[in-house]
Amino acid sequence: MNAARRFDWMPLALVGAVLLAALPLVGSASTWVTLTVAGLAMGMMVYMMASGLTLVFGLMDVMNFAHGAFISVGAYAAASVLLALHGRMEQPSLAANLSAMLPAALAAIVLAGALGLFFERVVIRPVYGDHLKQILVTMGGLIVCEQLIHVVWGPDQIPLPRAASLAGSITFGDVAIERYRLLAVLVGLAVFAAMWLLLARTRIGLLIRAGVENAEMVESLGYRIRRLFVGVFVAGSGLAGLGGVMWAMYQESVNAQMGMQMMVVIFIVIIIGGLGSVGGCFVGALLVGLLANYIGYVAPKLALGSNILLMVLVLLWRPNGLYPVGKS
Amino acid sequence: MAEALLSLAGVHTHIGQYHILQGVDFEVPRGGLTMLLGRNGAGKTTCLRTVMGLWRASAGSIRYDGKNATHTPTPDLARQGIAYVPENMGIFAGLTVRENLLLAAREQALDEKRLEWIFGLFPAMEKSWHGLAGTLSGGQKQMLAISRAIVEPRRLLLVDEPTKGLAPAIIANMIDAFKELKRTDTTILVVEQNFHFARTLGDTVAVMDSGRIVHTGAMAALAADQALQTRLLGLSLEAHQ
Repeated sequence: MNAARRFDWMPLALVGAVLLAALPLVGSASTWVTLTVAGLAMGMMVYMMASGLTLVFGLMDVMNFAHGAFISVGAYAAASVLLALHGRMEQPSLAANLSAMLPAALAAIVLAGALGLFFERVVIRPVYGDHLKQILVTMGGLIVCEQLIHVVWGPDQIPLPRAASLAGSITFGDVAIERYRLLAVLVGLAVFAAMWLLLARTRIGLLIRAGVENAEMVESLGYRIRRLFVGVFVAGSGLAGLGGVMWAMYQESVNAQMGMQMMVVIFIVIIIGGLGSVGGCFVGALLVGLLANYIGYVAPKLALGSNILLMVLVLLWRPNGLYPVGKS
Repeated sequence: MAEALLSLAGVHTHIGQYHILQGVDFEVPRGGLTMLLGRNGAGKTTCLRTVMGLWRASAGSIRYDGKNATHTPTPDLARQGIAYVPENMGIFAGLTVRENLLLAAREQALDEKRLEWIFGLFPAMEKSWHGLAGTLSGGQKQMLAISRAIVEPRRLLLVDEPTKGLAPAIIANMIDAFKELKRTDTTILVVEQNFHFARTLGDTVAVMDSGRIVHTGAMAALAADQALQTRLLGLSLEAHQ
């Protein structure tokens, strides 16, 4: 039993290379730290939104453009709770703030998960195996959801003041780090760690990893892949909702188009990472977040195209993504 | 002939616009090893996939252990004791050898005694225990696919071309492993193109052509009749010694 499993460190080395290459370009170490934390925070939030979608694609080969609706609905659900509990958000105590933010996050996860369940049952199930129809019906579903948000919450953007204890920055010498960005990094790391534990250490995780490679063979071993898929779809939708509320609090506002706007970045992240790969999605999200912040500072005119440029370069290096999933 | 564990009667299978199985009738006797032979495109793989429920029979009936299994979902068939090794082996390349076997062990844990028996059949599995399945050689992947199918006792083993693309030394290992498997009470149905392998191991044989069974009987009788081999398969077994 001597043939050990080898981990591919090259994509992580790429993240390290980006970090190091940015330091001389940015010029100032304190600015570099601020930009790095901002990039990591953005990456973590994008990861939360994207990880469910990559698993859904890997498991059942479903192109779900409606994933953006789960982000928006999650953000609006949380906004409703936060506005109702705004008194707690205004108190300078972290405990008081969390007593509003945790129910808000829970509402986002539950409502986005429930919407995901509805979508899987009603919209996506009839079009399994047909990518063109999947794109059409899920895009249609996304538009319908946006309009329903207008009906329920109104057409205007809703301001979402940040919690009092998370406003402002922590400073270390010349380095200023926004408190909220630190929270985003911590929540993102916690989500990644939970997903890693689930996928690497549990039987359900083993089934998901096997199902992403070969769903038919998993069925041939006696497992009902459809049930597993529904579970992953709902969990992925809930995570998108959580990512939505984190992003909304970061932007300090919610609007019905926020999910659709994030879908471009999310698709870039899951393509860079390797369709179906959660680890690849994580590394891809970090790269997107870091580059967006570094390039936005060093060469603002290039910021708009930085994600596309990153995707092109990564796919030239690894055409199936950073951590390709071997389909059999 | 022993009582049939699996029987197909008038089974038709359509894949899209193609009518692949056109009324397949044959039985797999309980406890023996049945070879399903035929030229390329005869419908052998479709036959196995239809039995496993991966493609739906459009007409006819499939009975497994005396019960109608024509439209039984694949996971239920697996839980009733049917194991399937597809032509492409279906191993999970991103999982370790251990994880591949663990997934097939529905008792949640691997039976150490059974594992030792499998390591005896395929020592390479023990050597690669923590290695990724995707890094194994073609022969080792086939060994893993078969090990996974037998990691727990199964009643019926469906194996699609186990010797495809394998070196002669590995085929010899496969023959020994199947001989050992035949000593258990597992019923085995093998689709095969290697006639030496088929003749060495088969108890009974069914030959397919153009989506139908054109011959059934004892493997020994087919092996002894060169004229019949030439008529059914287009060449004699002697050509493959």
